[in-house]
Amino acid sequence: MTTMQHAQSPQPSADRTQADQRRVALIASSGGHWIELTRLAPAVQHLDCLFITTTHGLTAPFGDRPVAEIMDGSRDTPWLLVRSISGIVKALRAFRPDVVITTGAAPGAVALLIGKMLGAVTIWVDSVANSEELSLSGKFARGFADLRLTQWEQLACPQQHISYLGRVL
Amino acid sequence: MILLSVGTQLPFDRLVTAVDRWAAQHPDQEVFAQIGPSAYAPTAMRSEAFIDPVRFSALQAQASLIVSHAGIGSIINAMDMGKPIIILARDHKRGEHRNGHQLATVQRFAHLPGVHVARDPEHLLTLLDRIDTLEPCQRPSEQEAQAFITGVRDYVATAQSLPLWRLLTRALRGAP
Repeated sequence: MTTMQHAQSPQPSADRTQADQRRVALIASSGGHWIELTRLAPAVQHLDCLFITTTHGLTAPFGDRPVAEIMDGSRDTPWLLVRSISGIVKALRAFRPDVVITTGAAPGAVALLIGKMLGAVTIWVDSVANSEELSLSGKFARGFADLRLTQWEQLACPQQHISYLGRVL
Repeated sequence: MILLSVGTQLPFDRLVTAVDRWAAQHPDQEVFAQIGPSAYAPTAMRSEAFIDPVRFSALQAQASLIVSHAGIGSIINAMDMGKPIIILARDHKRGEHRNGHQLATVQRFAHLPGVHVARDPEHLLTLLDRIDTLEPCQRPSEQEAQAFITGVRDYVATAQSLPLWRLLTRALRGAP
């Protein structure tokens, strides 16, 4: 992973404290995407987390931040996607994340692009449901995800910067 | 109580119709259905299009059996709660989804104890008929998830953001 090589030098302790205060935005659509995100979320539990989703009434797996709500949209419903995008822009500009993680679907890909424009590290986690090929949103995220993860080893592809680190189940 | 769910995004009339037909033949069984935007209106079971997450979770906890489209969320929830689950994959060739990933999902997860895959509505009815013999799901293996969680934590600890233009050129070149 080329991005990791930049951070090899030992950091002074002041920087380390700063690192622990980093903000992480976690975003997922409702249903399986959200459930996969909550299973993965312990990875950043020690950081300042904001959850963003498309359903009303979901609670974060930890932390006392409210879960930010956005409109849902997919490539079948472009007009809703537009409203979804404005919600994501608002939430991310207010939170100013250092890292954005998504498990999809389309709104998550949009969040990575916006997060990248705000200077965040961006991580696409393709759903465990996609065992034969990466989702369309995952392919689309190629140009603005620092890291793309598949949950199926056989889909990992170094040339395309798709990595495998494990599976949520 | 048997809980049917088809997710919120798309109709799944083939599944809703089959379970309603079974419910009509088994008036002694309570069946509750979350049917999303399905066109078919059930007559033999109570149904709602959408159910808010808190209530839905309570219904899942109450249910003795979950019947569902082959969505990952339903499978993980059934495993977390130790319930038996019957899944029927949405077939994109019938216009039930945008692509065939649910057909792949049933192949990948059919081996899990408690995950009962229905090949078609007829097979679903035979599975429902032997409801008392369906074994429940086991809790998901924490090992697999733990490796994943650790991997992401380690990446986040050291990652530095590449600028958009570098990611775009990397994507266009298809090389580091």
